[in-house]
Amino acid sequence: MIGVEHYVVVSSILFVLGVLGIFLNRKNVIIILMAIELILLSVNLNLVAFSSFLGDLTGQIFAMFVLTVAAGEAAIGLAILVIYFRGRGTIAVDDVNRMKG
Amino acid sequence: MIQVIAFYLFATLTIAAGALTILARNPVHSVLWLIVAFFNAAGLMVLAGAEFIAMLLVIVYVGAVAVLFLFVVMMLDIDFAELRAGFVKNFPLGLLLAIVLVCELVLGIGAERAGGIQLGTPDGTAATAAGASNIEAIGALLYSKYLFLFEAAGIILLVAMIGAIVLTHRQRGGVRGQNISRQVARRPEDATVNMQPEVGKGVQL
Repeated sequence: MIGVEHYVVVSSILFVLGVLGIFLNRKNVIIILMAIELILLSVNLNLVAFSSFLGDLTGQIFAMFVLTVAAGEAAIGLAILVIYFRGRGTIAVDDVNRMKG
Repeated sequence: MIQVIAFYLFATLTIAAGALTILARNPVHSVLWLIVAFFNAAGLMVLAGAEFIAMLLVIVYVGAVAVLFLFVVMMLDIDFAELRAGFVKNFPLGLLLAIVLVCELVLGIGAERAGGIQLGTPDGTAATAAGASNIEAIGALLYSKYLFLFEAAGIILLVAMIGAIVLTHRQRGGVRGQNISRQVARRPEDATVNMQPEVGKGVQL
């Protein structure tokens, strides 16, 4: 029988994978953004699982808002990435110390 | 029984695709694995009875965000081999952090299983109405109790759109654009002239 704890375990593993991805690919900001998407996905999974478990739809509503913010974050993040690349010709972010426009 | 099989299939594929997302050498492969992870997470959500969020996940993530990532990865001319230089160096620290996080999460889940903390009971205002489908119930809740939050989400999307356009828009010099108001304001007397030149003489324009 599948319970809410199964879902919590899956989403925590996904969360940890996202954090690990940020640490492993510290230079490549595209992978970092993807790892953030993974983290937000795990949060959504958790919200949906608990919403279903408690019979309360608020979790699903909030999962929708998390989705909205994730989409906006991806758009802005990639736009910043594009102008950063235009200015410097690389996207290595481990030594970003002159974000002066 | 079929639910258990489906759950383990989706969960295994989600985690495997997530791991491959962060480990893949080629960022294009990373994006494709991310799409696989999103699809399987949507499957998990369908299993939990949240069809609407699952479909939204597929539409928003696979249809928009993943394609945006693909475009950016393919548009920028980046030497990815150089970017992976610190991978081995960062591996021990990252693994240590991941293990610590897993231990914390397992501790939290175990504590919750052992009794947990009573934070209050649901007041029932957001409970699923009997007989209503998932989409119907979410719509009823979203357009009544969470109406202002819903509109705030719309404003966030608008700001994100304007921000992305403003950030990436650039004025390019050296191009000859069309000036429509100048074209419309032009009159025949500005452009043409009547002359009666004498025979054998040219016309000075």
